[in-house]
Parts: sequence; C-alpha cells; structure tokens
Amino acid sequence: MSHPEHKDYAGAKLGMWLFLFTEIILFGGLFILYAVYLHRYPREFTTGGHELNLPYGAINTMVLLTSSLMVAMAVTAIQQGRRLLTLRLLGGTILCAVIFMGIKYVEWSAKIHHGIYPGSPRLAAGPPGESVFFGLYYLSTGLHGLHVLIGGSVLAWIGVKVRRGVVTGDDFVLLENGALYWHLVDLIWIFIFPLYYLML
Amino acid sequence: MNPSDHPPAVFTSFWNDTGKTGITSWIFSTDHKRIGLLYFWSVLGFFLTAVLLGLLLRIELMAPGRTIMGPETYNALFTVHGAIMVFLFIIPGFPGAFGNLVMPIQIGARDVSFPRLNLFSWWLYMMGAAVIIISLFTGGGPPDTGWTFYVPFSARTGTNVSLAVFGVFIVGFSSIVTGVNFVTTIHRLRAPGMSWDRLPLFVWSLYATAWVQILATPILGITLVLIIAERVLGVGLFDPMKGGDPVMYQHLFWIYSHPAVYIMILPAMGVISEIIPVFSRKPVFGYKMIAFSSIAIAAAGSLVWGHHMFTSGMSDRAILVFSFLTFVVAIPSAIKVFNWVSTLYRGSISLEAPMLYALSFILLFSIGGLTGLILGAAATDIHVHDTHFVVGHFHYVIFGGSGFALFGAMHYWLPKFYGRRYAEKPALIAWGLMFVGFNITYFSMMVLGMKGMPRRYYDYLPEFAPLNLVSTVGSWILAVGLVLMLVNLIRGLRKGEPVGNNPWGGATLEWTIPSPPPTENFPEEPVVTHGPYDFSKAGTP
Ligand code: HEM
Ligand SMILES: [Cu+2]
Repeated sequence: MSHPEHKDYAGAKLGMWLFLFTEIILFGGLFILYAVYLHRYPREFTTGGHELNLPYGAINTMVLLTSSLMVAMAVTAIQQGRRLLTLRLLGGTILCAVIFMGIKYVEWSAKIHHGIYPGSPRLAAGPPGESVFFGLYYLSTGLHGLHVLIGGSVLAWIGVKVRRGVVTGDDFVLLENGALYWHLVDLIWIFIFPLYYLML
Repeated sequence: MNPSDHPPAVFTSFWNDTGKTGITSWIFSTDHKRIGLLYFWSVLGFFLTAVLLGLLLRIELMAPGRTIMGPETYNALFTVHGAIMVFLFIIPGFPGAFGNLVMPIQIGARDVSFPRLNLFSWWLYMMGAAVIIISLFTGGGPPDTGWTFYVPFSARTGTNVSLAVFGVFIVGFSSIVTGVNFVTTIHRLRAPGMSWDRLPLFVWSLYATAWVQILATPILGITLVLIIAERVLGVGLFDPMKGGDPVMYQHLFWIYSHPAVYIMILPAMGVISEIIPVFSRKPVFGYKMIAFSSIAIAAAGSLVWGHHMFTSGMSDRAILVFSFLTFVVAIPSAIKVFNWVSTLYRGSISLEAPMLYALSFILLFSIGGLTGLILGAAATDIHVHDTHFVVGHFHYVIFGGSGFALFGAMHYWLPKFYGRRYAEKPALIAWGLMFVGFNITYFSMMVLGMKGMPRRYYDYLPEFAPLNLVSTVGSWILAVGLVLMLVNLIRGLRKGEPVGNNPWGGATLEWTIPSPPPTENFPEEPVVTHGPYDFSKAGTP
C-alpha cells in the first residue's frame, strides 16, 4: 500500500472484543444445554458432580488465575519498555497453560480409567442423566482445553514478536489483544469450574 | 464535496494498479474491491451449481414416480442444493460480495478496518467450500439429511455428514470474521461528516447484519460441533437412549438459523433502500425508520426461532409466545415496505433494470412475508408444516426477495467496478422471464402444499401431477431468464458502453469517484456535507 500504515488501536481492540463475544456465545450453547439438562436430571447431575475431582479442579483454577495475572503484568511491562520482563511473564503464562493441560490430562485419564467416557459401557448401563452430565463435562472441558492450547500458542507467537522487537512499548496492541484472549480462556473456566465441580 | 468539481480521472483504476497481473494479484490482494469481486464470482459459481441441482429436482418432480432419479439421489440433491444455496450463496453473497465492494466507499474509507483479515475470510470461505465439496465424493457420499441436519437422522445416516458439517463450520467462521470486520469498520472508518444519520441505508443494513453474524453464528458453530461429537464419539446429548433430547438440537439449530434468514434478507432490504430513491429521484421516505427497523428486525428476530418447531413437541405456552413474537417481527418489515412505497409516491420513476428488480422485490418479498405469517400462526402452521407450501414460501423470501435484490445490486453496482454496463433491453427481457418463471414455479408449489403435498419426497400422489408439471415448466422459464441475464450482464461488463462516475444519478459517495474506482477509492479523504439521498447535490446522470 502506498500510504503510510496508520494503526487504529481502538479499532483493533473493538474487533478483538467482538471476537471474544463470539467465543462466549460458542460456549453459551453448551451452557444452555447444561441448564436444560440440569433442570431435567438434578439428581444425576449431583451424583456426577461429586465424582469429579475437586482438588484437581481447584488447583487448575489457581493456575489459570495466576496465568491471567502474569499476562496482565506482561502488558504493563511492555508499556514500560521492559522487554525481558515481558518475555519472562509470557513464559510464565505459557508454563501455566502447560501445567493446566497436564492436570487435565491426569484428570481425564483417571476418569477414562474408571470407564467414564462418552459412549462407555459403564455410562450406558447407568441412569441416562449421568451419561448426559459426563457428555457435557467432556465437551465443555475439552473445548476449553482446545482454547487453552490455542491461547498458549498465540501467546508464544506474540512472544517471538516481542523478542524480535516487532511488538514494543510503542506498538503493543497485539500483545494486549493476546492477553484479552487469554483472559477469555480464564473467564470461561471460571464458569465451568463452579458449574461442574462446586455447586452440584 | 461536490462531485462535478473533480478533474477528469487521472488515477489508475484498481484493475491495473499493482503492476502485477494474474491470479496471485487477486487471491492475495487485500483491496476490498478485489476481495469483493473474488467473493462475487465464487458465490455466483456456487449459485449456478445449486440452480442446476434445483432444476434436476424439479425435473424429478415433473411426473409422479421415478422420473430421472431414485429416492436416495433425490435426498442427496435437495440437501446439497439447500446447503449450497444457504451457506455458500446467499449468506456470504451480500456481505462478502457487495458489502466488500461498496460499503467502504459508501462511508468514505480507503478500505475496511482489517484488510488482511478480510482476505482471510475469503480464504476460509473457499476452504469451507472445498471441504463441503470433498464431502460429496468421499466417505458415504453426499449428506442426505436436508440442509437442517436434524438429529437423530444426521447422527445415524451413513452418508458423509461429519465432513460436510465441518465445512459449514469453517464457512461460518468466515462469516463471523466478516461481521467483526464490518462492525469495526463502520464504527471507526467513517469519513468526516459521515454521521450515523448520513449513513447510506445499505450500510445500516450491513451493520445490523454484521451484528447478527457475530452473535448468532457461534451457536451454529457449537451445534455443528455437537453433531460431529454425536457421530464420532456417541456422546448422546441428543439421543433419548442416553438421556439426550433431539428437540434441543432443533432449538440450537434455529437459534442460529432463524437469525440467519436476516443475514440473507437485511442487506437485500438495504439494496432496495438504495435503488428505490435513486430511480424515483426522491429522498427516501422515513430514513430513520428504515435504519431503525433494520436494528429492530435483527433484535426481535433473535427471539422467534421456535416458529420452526410448532410440531416438534414444545409446550403450548412456548408456542404461543413464539407465535406472538413472530408477528411482532413482521412489523419492522412492514415498516420498510410502506416506506419504500411512500418513496415511490409522486417520484419521477424510471423503470430501468435495477428498479425493476427492486419493485419485484417488494412484491415477492411481501408474498413471502405474508405467507410467513401463515406459518407463524400455530393453528395454520400445523396443517402446512413440512409441505411444499413451506418450500414455496421460503423461495419467495430468499430467492424472490434476497435473490432478486442481489440481481438488482448486480445491475446497479457492477458497472461501477467494471466501468462498463450491460445493454438495457435484454436486461428487461431477462427480468420479465425470471419474474414470470419465478411465480409460476413457486406459486404452484404453495398451492400444492396447501393441498397437502409434503416436501422432501421424490414421489407424490397422482392428483398433484398437473401443478407439478406447471411448476417444472416454470423453472425452465426462470432458468432461461437467468441465463439471459448473466450473459447480457457479463458481456456488458466486458465490452459494453463505458459509464461515467454516476450513471444513475445517485447521491451516495461511490458515485463521486471514477468507474472503476482507483485503488484507495478517494484521491483525498472526502468530507461529507449532505445526506445519502439528497439528490439536489448529486450530479446528473
Ligand atoms: C431455479 C432455481 C431453483 C429451483 C428450481 C429450486 C427448486 C427447489 C426444489 C424443487 C426444492 C426441494 C423441494 C422438496 O422439498 O422436495 C428446493 C429446496 C430448497 N431450495 Fe431451492 N430452488 C431454486 C433456487 C433456490 C435459491 C435461490 C435458494 C436460496 C437462496 C434455494 C434454497 C432452497 C432450500 C434452502 C431448500 C430446502 C432444502 C431442504 O429441504 O433441505 N433454492 N429448491
Ligand atoms: Cu424462522
């Protein structure tokens, strides 16, 4: 393009917020199903909820909250022009993502080991509501896990840009948007955790 | 800015600015006009494919019993016809093609807010389309579920539903990206003086549409993911054997797919709101109400999805509420119709091709809309649900409405981007053929439905034979008109008479710049001093 690139920061952030809406609504479909089926199978949902591993869920919540804090600090750090600190904080965030996925892996493995997975004979033999509960559990946490992977990869890519000096204290909207995305990943977990692990 | 002040065009048009030629100067271009044309030609290609399938469906229905295909083929063909028409033609057609071409110019911008994302959305669209096409020829063959992918059938059929649905998911993502881009663009890139009450009504309609794309499409996304989960993992969320509920699928599907009909019709209404004042040479009547009704339709339209499910086993109270809300959405649509008609009143009307399409839009859309109320009232819907009445109704809305508006937009705006125009007389004949053929085809279908002929069957009782023959012959007249229209249009764009800046005497910004427009549209940022339908300030055609 012949004209000098002029950047519209407010526009970039508006676009990001709109995109975040769409992500929330994507999960919203699953939350609607949760509400309807909870209404229909309150007892089975309670039994199912008690079978989930609360400590794992709680630790993961802490891990994600910490990661959100770090990515927010990374945005502040880049604004102050402290590149190394930004990189470290981003690294910390990604580390948290890895820990989260590790714990998720252990948790899912244990469930699957106990014969609880979509379409398993054990669920087929049990009451129908239970099968619905675990179906929703796997889909919601699975889709969320996918978002953790995507978010982590995006932050890694932005980290590379920070290192190369493309994202700097004068031009950091990319990092800001990446951080917004990561907060969304966190936010969705903040809904999944009480709905599945706590309130039943 | 006064258009007549411009010196004669000394800019390079966007056709030969890059110095590069060949396909890469197109498929990697971030210019909104090039992306708009990419969208336009791809959308047109899919449209023609699906029209062929539709004609085949009609030939099968020409006489009772097996005519040219058996039941399985028929099921596959109406599914693929419907899915292509909805997801690859009419949903991307307006925002992707004409939104991209015209909207940035109409608001006085050089491009959209995120040009690279814009290109990405076209690529997503093409990738989704490719996946859908691959799904037709691999696995268990083309899906046979109908474009609605209803469970339990879609969870059990052996055809290639998973891949097709994944393709639709990608196309949906492309639609979201366009929506995000357009909302941001309209908020951020309006030229000085382009206040919200000076926005051309086409832009208003795209704005409302973009919100629907953003807010509704993700629900389609998750619904499609759930179909795949049912098929691949057997999760059972919609399977009564496993505690699921198939009606929940229908809810999720229509929470998207009813608003989706507004993605199809709102921008069409925007086109009509542009064409009618220009060809009546009169400011549009009730600008504010037309703009507001776009938003009202988008908002109220998100609460009426249940009218597709009156026979699915909802509670009577839910039926009552959904039925009532459906009647409420008819109000803003009617507001628009009345405003267009009032604009015509005492205008100095010139019946050129774009105007004919606009006028026939009003008629056909009104028929489609009013028959929609028959379907929206539970008592009558019970009788005609899932009959050919529904098929006739929605073709009136999406083909007679959106489709004809798209044809109008092609005659109205393509000369701007090619610098040349079609011949008027063949355009009028083509319009006449299509209009007559259209009504013969689909009015017969509505009558057949009233008499009880169900939809989605390759066969029917002998008493339905005469009208089915009429309908099929109508589809041939329609097809001849369509071919004539396209041949004339494309010839005109290649070799037709050159057009000046403002062939129609429009007052919106796209008519102040050369045809075809230069790369960044405006030599310098325009300052807008008058409304979009203030013809006293516009140049004469
Ligand atoms: C010459 C043009 C066309 C012809 C001859 C045609 C014909 C047909 C026929 C015969 C059916 C199936 C009836 C049945 O249920 O057995 C059908 C279904 C359908 N058509 Fe068309 N059509 C045409 C254009 C369009 C256009 C322009 C659109 C949308 C923009 C469209 C959208 C649909 C949809 C969504 C279905 C429903 C498919 C389903 O049942 O799943 N058609 N059409
Ligand atoms: Cu509807």
